[in-house]
Amino acid sequence: MLNLALSIAFVMVAIAILLSFIRLIIGPSVPDRILALDTLYINTIALLILLGINLQSALYFEAALLIAVMGFMGTLALSKYLLRGDIME
Amino acid sequence: MMFRRIFPHPLLTLILWAIWLLLNNSIDPGHIVLGGALAVFIPWLTSSYWPEQINIRRPWKLVHYILYVLWDILIANVIVAKLILGPQKKLNPGFLHYELQLTSPVGISLLANTISLTPGTVSCDLTEDRRYLLIHALHIDDVAEIKAEIYRKFEKPLLEIFVVC
Amino acid sequence: MLEWTLAILILLGAFFTLVGSIGLFKLPDFYMRLHGPTKASTLGVGAILVASAIHFSLKTDGVSLHEILVTLFLFITAPVSAHLMAKAAIHIKVKQVDRTRQLEK
Repeated sequence: MLNLALSIAFVMVAIAILLSFIRLIIGPSVPDRILALDTLYINTIALLILLGINLQSALYFEAALLIAVMGFMGTLALSKYLLRGDIME
Repeated sequence: MMFRRIFPHPLLTLILWAIWLLLNNSIDPGHIVLGGALAVFIPWLTSSYWPEQINIRRPWKLVHYILYVLWDILIANVIVAKLILGPQKKLNPGFLHYELQLTSPVGISLLANTISLTPGTVSCDLTEDRRYLLIHALHIDDVAEIKAEIYRKFEKPLLEIFVVC
Repeated sequence: MLEWTLAILILLGAFFTLVGSIGLFKLPDFYMRLHGPTKASTLGVGAILVASAIHFSLKTDGVSLHEILVTLFLFITAPVSAHLMAKAAIHIKVKQVDRTRQLEK
């Protein structure tokens, strides 16, 4: 039961990643691409956690935590750059 | 006075301690002591960057508010999912200005975060004088209704929690 | 019984993550696209993380609560990054769909 649910969830999250990737490529504006990257990292967290449950290993969690922190920083830095033309003030 | 000098931000100390224990996923005595030491040391080291005290008048009310918002997020997501999966020709997006009654900065940021997480609205900007919040709504039927709902559900409880410093 | 709960949580989470990305893909302008990922994806990942917490709490002795940390972090950061992206988009005047209404104060 759990394995079936996991397989379906893997497919759904993979489609989600594909869709955000298409948006990342077609744009059309810069904020669109930032938003697509933001979504991409959130989807990656979901994929990693699912993999952790599937492989019965808590190790993947650490990677997910790092991606969450770094992804947030990346989004902030990119948006700040658009706003001010500069990251550090 | 002595207490304030050792614990400049008691709430921050407690939160840091809890985060340390959660990160290590254990409640060994060693981790409790080490986390406690860090939780005292870090707020003391960074206290010059946190000039103002955060005044929370009713802590239990805040907990109640957070639980209420979590429940609202669940319902909001079903609504947004319906809007996204439905035909997009029917959607009437728009920008609206919401007049704030909150004055405390923490209160305003909490309200803006809540608005972003709940049905069909994202807070986009705050005017310079901190009086209006620019909100983008995915679908507007009736502007007055959206504003009234934000006030009734979120701003009123926040007004009771955060006092003006 | 518990396996059912886990399966439902995982499927719900994956569903909401997918809805968020569908929103990102098909809605017509940037401001509308912003709604999908900030809300749906956050809740979807949250549901998957709760499922993971339950799963590892059962599998090993003792509770595994550090998944809560990522969930909390996502719930705090998602609106902040949405706000900044919207601000940046307004700043560089990203195009809006024609029927967007501008409501004055």
